[in-house]
Amino acid sequence: MSEIPSELRYTKSHEWVRTLPDGSVEIGITDHAQHSLGDLVFVEVPETGRRLAAGDACAVVESVKAASDVYSPLGGEVLAGNPALATQPELINSDPYGQGWILRLKPAAGASVAALMTSDAYQAEVAAGG
Amino acid sequence: MGKRTPLFELHQAAGARIVDFGGWDMPVDYGSQIEEHHAVRRDAGMFDVSHMCAVDLRGAGVRPLLLRLLANDVGRLTAPGKALYSCMLRPDGGVLDDLIAYYLEEKWFRLVVNAGTADKDLAWIKEHAKQIGVAVVPRRDLAMIAVQGPKAREKAAALLPAECRAPAAALGAFFAAPGDEWFIGRTGYTGEDGYEVMLPSESAAGFWNSLQSAGVRPCGLGARDTLRLEAGMNLYGNDMDETVTPLESGLAWTVALEGTRDFVGKAALEAQRAAGPPRKLAGLLLLERGVLRSHQKVFAGDAGEGEVTSGTFSPTLERSIGFARVPAAAPAQVEVDIRGKRLPARIVKLPFVRNGRALIEL
Repeated sequence: MSEIPSELRYTKSHEWVRTLPDGSVEIGITDHAQHSLGDLVFVEVPETGRRLAAGDACAVVESVKAASDVYSPLGGEVLAGNPALATQPELINSDPYGQGWILRLKPAAGASVAALMTSDAYQAEVAAGG
Repeated sequence: MGKRTPLFELHQAAGARIVDFGGWDMPVDYGSQIEEHHAVRRDAGMFDVSHMCAVDLRGAGVRPLLLRLLANDVGRLTAPGKALYSCMLRPDGGVLDDLIAYYLEEKWFRLVVNAGTADKDLAWIKEHAKQIGVAVVPRRDLAMIAVQGPKAREKAAALLPAECRAPAAALGAFFAAPGDEWFIGRTGYTGEDGYEVMLPSESAAGFWNSLQSAGVRPCGLGARDTLRLEAGMNLYGNDMDETVTPLESGLAWTVALEGTRDFVGKAALEAQRAAGPPRKLAGLLLLERGVLRSHQKVFAGDAGEGEVTSGTFSPTLERSIGFARVPAAAPAQVEVDIRGKRLPARIVKLPFVRNGRALIEL
């Protein structure tokens, strides 16, 4: 069974969102997602300063098997992509909610983390085969 | 639900991720495709390949039948047990399938054909066989397990039935020790030494479990794909199909055009060879970060454009590699469109890896 931390928020497309103390957010893909993808071998993170709308494809994660887009759960401005993923894409496999974070975002005015799925809702979504 | 091999429940119990492959529910990996890949390059791994179809051809006319149906020349098979890799062609030279033909006795050959093409192949072979009085018997009663890697033969040896051990140990490369039930070929699809074992379905789970106890790692079709790509081996449906000839698919070495033997597709291949095949299948090494995937567009400068037919991340080289069908005059360096960016790739001589060693310069 995959790990779904209760303090994070989630999307149907298997991203997670963590609110940081300064009000910015950290985004990655869930344990369920990394497990479905298999061994990751390449990650393309967004450039700092890029403006994203909610739902925009903002990163690409590639496993040995296939490439998948990562969609931004919120609108905002990219503060950073995780530089460690350039040489260690496998961090997403080994620590999807920690060292495997993909980008940090300054949410746009009105962007609401609270409107995203709770861990319980995401758990139900995964259980339903989403 | 797709078709299932006799080992399906074992794969499921082992936590394998199951995917559809040619209408079969097959394990793609058991957790880590990369670790499975390394097990085969460095030690020993095993694959359930029971979805592939063994076909026995029996009768006095079997050799003449295969001389006519296969682009490679079964006339070269004079030592019993010897195997030959060949394409089977349409009259226009398009590739119906690629297969292994084992010469067992003068009245008995065995073919091993791909899962997704088996029905089509059988219909084609039967149509030609009936005119010549050869019995065509698909052996769906047999399972097939490939044990591959530098330690594969050593680990498998003691687990074979007693009567098979000495013949298996004596096998040269690309030879098989035939039995009607247990059939052991020193063949494979990974670029490593090893056996491909055909055996009665009811014995498959026991043999699989005993191999695992001997330290042979279960490997899925994912690792099988990265291993065959590194080894420079084509996959039917990706790298060639009915719309291309062997000469455009890196398989000219498997076509025996010399001599008077007439085979289905020969005239078309002779004409194409005389004119010069317009395209070729080339090995590609991506020079920047990213991953080659099938259907990506290739820009070959003034020579025109081509397409990646197979691509992956090579666990051995830790770079992305692939095959691409490109214009015959393609330059040594090309560009590949990966999600809208043109990344440089070098055309390299195949294979990328053989017997655990990289054969190309990075």
